[in-house]
Amino acid sequence: MTTAVDTVRDTPFVVGGRTFHSRLMVGTGKYHDNETMARAIEASGAEVVTVAVRRVDLDRSQETGILYHLDPNRYFLLANTAGCFTADDAVRYARLAREAGFNEFVKLEVIGDQETLLPDVQGLLEAARTLVKDGFRVLAYTNEDLVTALRLEDAGCAAVMPLASPIGSGLGLLNPYGVRTIKRRLTVPVVVDAGVGTASDACVTMEQGVDGILMNTALAAMRLAVEAGRTAYLAGRMPKREVAVPSSPLEGMLD
Amino acid sequence: MNDAIDVMVNGERRPVARGATLLELLRSLELDPRAVVVEHNRTIVRRPRLGDVTVAPGDAIELVHFVGGG
Repeated sequence: MTTAVDTVRDTPFVVGGRTFHSRLMVGTGKYHDNETMARAIEASGAEVVTVAVRRVDLDRSQETGILYHLDPNRYFLLANTAGCFTADDAVRYARLAREAGFNEFVKLEVIGDQETLLPDVQGLLEAARTLVKDGFRVLAYTNEDLVTALRLEDAGCAAVMPLASPIGSGLGLLNPYGVRTIKRRLTVPVVVDAGVGTASDACVTMEQGVDGILMNTALAAMRLAVEAGRTAYLAGRMPKREVAVPSSPLEGMLD
Repeated sequence: MNDAIDVMVNGERRPVARGATLLELLRSLELDPRAVVVEHNRTIVRRPRLGDVTVAPGDAIELVHFVGGG
């Protein structure tokens, strides 16, 4: 894989045994209309797109389903369990999603608090263990707590997805140290999910060395930001110091 | 004998023909079986079996699909 800068070589982005060409995953929710959604996703260059499982609206045309607007042969559909507040509900939604017949991957969310939508880590671990045993590749949405992330990896999750900040908050990466620590300690991919609000947030997040980002409010510019942040991480940042160091030679100055 | 029974579809009471299968229920709702996943009394029914499962009064049926989400 090459990045925006040809001299920096990257490793492939592999999750659950599958290689993806973009480190940017995008959500499909909250768009004003389906055409805008389809165009934004195309511009983002993302391959993995998340979808939710919901009841069919029996009083409307079945074209409310997202697959009428998004080609499942072109994108990798990652179903989520958004809106689930218990492990049992999340497992139920994941199984329904798998039955749609696309893949065994699930973005597992077990929400513990209505206002912040922060994860219920106990329910999350319980659901993760059940789903892994059931053959799922689980990408677990979690907070930036290292110990929870380690437990999720132990449970067999294919990836761990710490939040940058609460879902939909756009507050950016609030705990870079926490996310960096998770990345340093885990073997499975770390994909930051939620709260990444703009291109600079995406770039700073990628600079922590994480493997990817999931954004719902995606813009075309995010593709460049993710590549820029990744490239900066691979190239390595300059060391910080308290005093100035001249960039130009001290020799050859005029008397 | 009444030829219709009431079942719960996506949380709403709906009349269906007595002896109808899940596949017939989908057809009556003008839904493409390939585009929905069916849960019958909390058990997922795979597409090839939709024509084998008959609904009974009071059954809880959930018909779901993918929608936009993050």
